[in-house]
Amino acid sequence: MITLTDVHKAFGANRVLRGINLTVPTGKSMVIIGGSGTGKSVLLKCILGLVTPEQGRIEVDGEDVGHARGGADRDAFLARFGMLFQGAALFDSLTVWQNVAFRLLRGAQKLPRAEARDIAIDKLRRVGLKPEVADLFPAELSGGMQKRVGLARAIAAAPEIIFFDEPTTGLDPIMSGVINELIREIVVEMGVTAMTITHDMTSVRAIADRVAMLHGGLIRWEGAVGDLDASGDPYVDQFIHGRAEGPIESVR
Amino acid sequence: MKALAALGRLTLGALAAVGRAGIFAFATLGHLLRPPFYWREFGVALMQIGYFSLPVVGMTAFFTGGALALQIYAGGARFNAEEVVPSIVAIGMARELGPVLGGLMVAARVASSIAAEIGTMKVTEQIDALVTLSTNPMKYLTVPRVLAATLAVPLLVGVGDAIGIMGGFIVGVNRLGFNAAAYLKNTADYLQPWDVGSGMVKGAVFGFLVALMGCYHGMNSGRGAQGVGRATKAAVVAASVLILAANYLLTELFFST
Repeated sequence: MITLTDVHKAFGANRVLRGINLTVPTGKSMVIIGGSGTGKSVLLKCILGLVTPEQGRIEVDGEDVGHARGGADRDAFLARFGMLFQGAALFDSLTVWQNVAFRLLRGAQKLPRAEARDIAIDKLRRVGLKPEVADLFPAELSGGMQKRVGLARAIAAAPEIIFFDEPTTGLDPIMSGVINELIREIVVEMGVTAMTITHDMTSVRAIADRVAMLHGGLIRWEGAVGDLDASGDPYVDQFIHGRAEGPIESVR
Repeated sequence: MKALAALGRLTLGALAAVGRAGIFAFATLGHLLRPPFYWREFGVALMQIGYFSLPVVGMTAFFTGGALALQIYAGGARFNAEEVVPSIVAIGMARELGPVLGGLMVAARVASSIAAEIGTMKVTEQIDALVTLSTNPMKYLTVPRVLAATLAVPLLVGVGDAIGIMGGFIVGVNRLGFNAAAYLKNTADYLQPWDVGSGMVKGAVFGFLVALMGCYHGMNSGRGAQGVGRATKAAVVAASVLILAANYLLTELFFST
């Protein structure tokens, strides 16, 4: 379970998070929605320790994330996570299989090279990519294939928690559907706790068990995906219907 | 008053930048001494920085050696001292021009490429991805490059010295009418091992500075193409200026007595 209590983060005068309170139950898929620049990515980065909040407490299974900021503790903490980045963030200098098996080729989870390659190919197959892709470089792949490789990398070391940052941004509707389906299947199959941030309402309905809306540095609404349409919150209502008129200013 | 305030801000900004770069340098040295060490990345960096810089360093040294021979001959002729050409070419290349010009060429080629590569990794979230994969970016990206440059540039300087002396020899023999055997004997008689050694020590320091500036500016790159462009430019400028400043200090240290 991931618990955030009164989390604050500012960049200079820009107070991005102003007291976030949120609980993500173990084994559930939480999707965070909200406009661009509302701090959704910052929220994920705070949990991972890539960004340090000024105030508040973040716990993963009751353990304060702040305690795992350095050394072996941090490695063990991060080993519990997998993350799919918005642009996939594949390492250009490594082949596809080396990207997927990155964690398996070094550090505490290091495996023999041949074994790591076999696992990478297996994970590539799981996300619908053929073994021939394994020896290509990321630059030789389409955007959709890169996202799939990023997904394979996120699940390669069997994490307990997976973060998905804008998983369908920049993809055509069919490829978005494929990625959404894959994420849902993997989350259910692996029984992981998932947090996804997205603007894409199709993704929300395909991936989420629960939804939280971030606006103005606060969680405006949180509830089951089935309750989203009847949230009664004007901010949520405007966002999910994509209306220009409403309490959310269209020019930010 | 406004001009004074602007000057103060500029000075404070520059001092803060020096402080940040200093902390980065100490952090790099700290990580160098603690495992893990990424040998594969070190090997790749050694090839990129050392082997692939050979053509540009070699050509620079060759033409510099040739031009140096012509200049010394023209200057020496004013007081009938043309015969100093072989020794001055050798000493000048080994002590000064080999390491400085080699270092500057490596700065142009390597600092820019490191800053652009790491800067691009930063803006495309590859650095964040490294962290989430339990890999310290300083250990994985900075340490192998800095160590590779510190070891490779002295070797490049040594090879550059030999090529530069050869450039002087070719011009001396074919253009200035020196006897080939006498030219080589004169070079060997006057060139001391410390002339070459001091140049290689300079090379090691310059290599360290070049890679450090490339990594530092890459890691601190701003957003987008403009941010990476700025980081690349800053890395080359900082590395070049630091090479020239370090060269003066090392020359004072080695040869002022």
